[in-house]
Amino acid sequence: MSAKEPSQPARAAVGSPNSIGRSTRSGIRGPPNYGVRRLRNAVMTGLAVASILIVLIPLADIIYLFVVRGLEVVSWPALTTITVGTGVEFVGGGISNAISGTIVLIGLATAITVPLGLVGGIYMAEFSDNNRFSEVLRFVADVLAGNSSMVVGLAGYFIFVLYFGWGYSALAGSLTLSILMFPYIFRTTELALRKVPNEIREGARALGSTKSAMINRLTLKFAMPGILTGILLSVSIGLSETAPLLFTASFSNYNFNGAFLHNPVGFLTYVVFVYSLLPSTSAHNLAYLSSFLLITSILAINVVARVVLRRFSKV
Amino acid sequence: MKAGNSRRRLVDRVYDFVSALLGSSALLFLFMILAVLAVFSLPSLVVNGLNFFTTVIWNPGISTTLTAVRGFPAMSGASYGMLVFFSGTLISSGLALLIGAPLSIGVAIFLSMIAPKRLSASLSFFVELLAGIPSIVFGFWGLLVLAPLLVNVVEPVMAQYLGFIPGFGGPVYGYGLIASGLVLALMIVPIVSAISRDAMSQTPIELKEAAMALGMTNWEVTRKVVLPYAKTAIVGSLVLGLGRALGETMAVAMVSQSALNILPMTVYYPINTLSAFMAVTFDSALTDPSGMEISSLAELALVLFIITTTVNIVARLLVRRGFISSAEHLVQV
Repeated sequence: MSAKEPSQPARAAVGSPNSIGRSTRSGIRGPPNYGVRRLRNAVMTGLAVASILIVLIPLADIIYLFVVRGLEVVSWPALTTITVGTGVEFVGGGISNAISGTIVLIGLATAITVPLGLVGGIYMAEFSDNNRFSEVLRFVADVLAGNSSMVVGLAGYFIFVLYFGWGYSALAGSLTLSILMFPYIFRTTELALRKVPNEIREGARALGSTKSAMINRLTLKFAMPGILTGILLSVSIGLSETAPLLFTASFSNYNFNGAFLHNPVGFLTYVVFVYSLLPSTSAHNLAYLSSFLLITSILAINVVARVVLRRFSKV
Repeated sequence: MKAGNSRRRLVDRVYDFVSALLGSSALLFLFMILAVLAVFSLPSLVVNGLNFFTTVIWNPGISTTLTAVRGFPAMSGASYGMLVFFSGTLISSGLALLIGAPLSIGVAIFLSMIAPKRLSASLSFFVELLAGIPSIVFGFWGLLVLAPLLVNVVEPVMAQYLGFIPGFGGPVYGYGLIASGLVLALMIVPIVSAISRDAMSQTPIELKEAAMALGMTNWEVTRKVVLPYAKTAIVGSLVLGLGRALGETMAVAMVSQSALNILPMTVYYPINTLSAFMAVTFDSALTDPSGMEISSLAELALVLFIITTTVNIVARLLVRRGFISSAEHLVQV
């Protein structure tokens, strides 16, 4: 404590504007232009505060608008009945087709992407030794993640819908989504594994464990909260996609019927995109309801992801 | 014992191989995307040639007669020029950067230099939530709130008082360039500010303390010590945000009023971007009997791919951390 004491008054003297201002007035030479500098400091602080407000106000408005308006239109029938009518005429009914379609698309895309991304990420962190090949993979994953989902969507249409002849279908939509989700799981798995201390690996190997057993029983367990966070984030990325699904899943007014090929499926973002531009109130209400479901589920995923990371991280 | 050892080594080798194979799906995805886009854009590349890059008019010529041009079926009255979408993409993203850059840096300065630690942590969480909001919802918000506000309040005032500046006068539309730029700006703030804030808070405490001890104000410490220290990462994050804005589709598709065949003459004009145009034109492109319009869309996709990849490589060179900033950011907390 006594060691700190000399520094505290000194810092207070520099930090507090009043003391220096007083000394200037009393004739002792103070720092030059101190008033101007203080003013500039106040102005810049004000601008920084203004910029965070400018960013937070739209966010608050978006959440207010869609959560409050969404709550007004939430009803059991709207969630459990299918959409009636198409974009051209009157649209009404509910959005159970979009809800079930979204669950199928995201579920299937996650089921396809997790093994690829997770095991690929294990290679990057545990086996690659940062060789040239892994540098290439990392670069390619970054290019994929940085690209417009539109480009991936159009490519998905050409590959799955046309070339493979699957038509607009759940499988075409999910595979396109999984191309978009892959880089996130891939990279977050690698990062989570790299955060596991090397002592754990050395200890396991010193005791005679194989590398495989070391990964499966130790490092993966330690990295699991980070990996789960990455998976949850990629799910929220899949949930918010619209354009790629327009080209590969199209849309359907009927609930998912169990067919993965040749049958278009509905999804929530389509409802927002198309029905918000229609004139009727019933169509608008469906768009509000979909926005409400999208925002609340994505916020929930984000919160859960953070809780998982904070609560269960052992490293 | 020896046999056991070699079997164990084999297990490891198989694991190594299989995991490398699954990781290679990244290569497969990229290869598939580029290959199909190249194949499907071939008719457009051959028939439209350089006109694709230099003309303004996009007209599939649906009601004209079907002919053949250099061996590919084409409509006799068709014209495919990408200039409207190309310029709209660059202008709207540029505007987004112009508005978003000072905002994001302001947010980053507030979070790392001004706000108390508790407040900073919770505000960071909220700003990052902004990154998670689907772009379609941003678009819906722009449609319901932002564009009406612009057309009724902001743009008339701008036209009246800034009208003497070329490009700021004339009739206002609400849905168009300004609306797109603002929505895009809002969408790039979370990434840019998160990376910038991280870089700024990595400034060695000794440097900041030394500057304070010399009597610098908080802003002077920021301006002369923290910002120079974080400069590269901030520039990189801005380029990264630019890449995001260039490829953004749905929000722009909803507030840009989908301009066709006109270039923006004032900041109030309707615009269109490469990706937004692809999203709204896809259905009608499928009805083109010559198949040339869908091929031209594939060429647009290639152009967009080249632009965003170039921008992203630049950003990657600047920010070592890579692109998946929001996700990486969270994992590294």
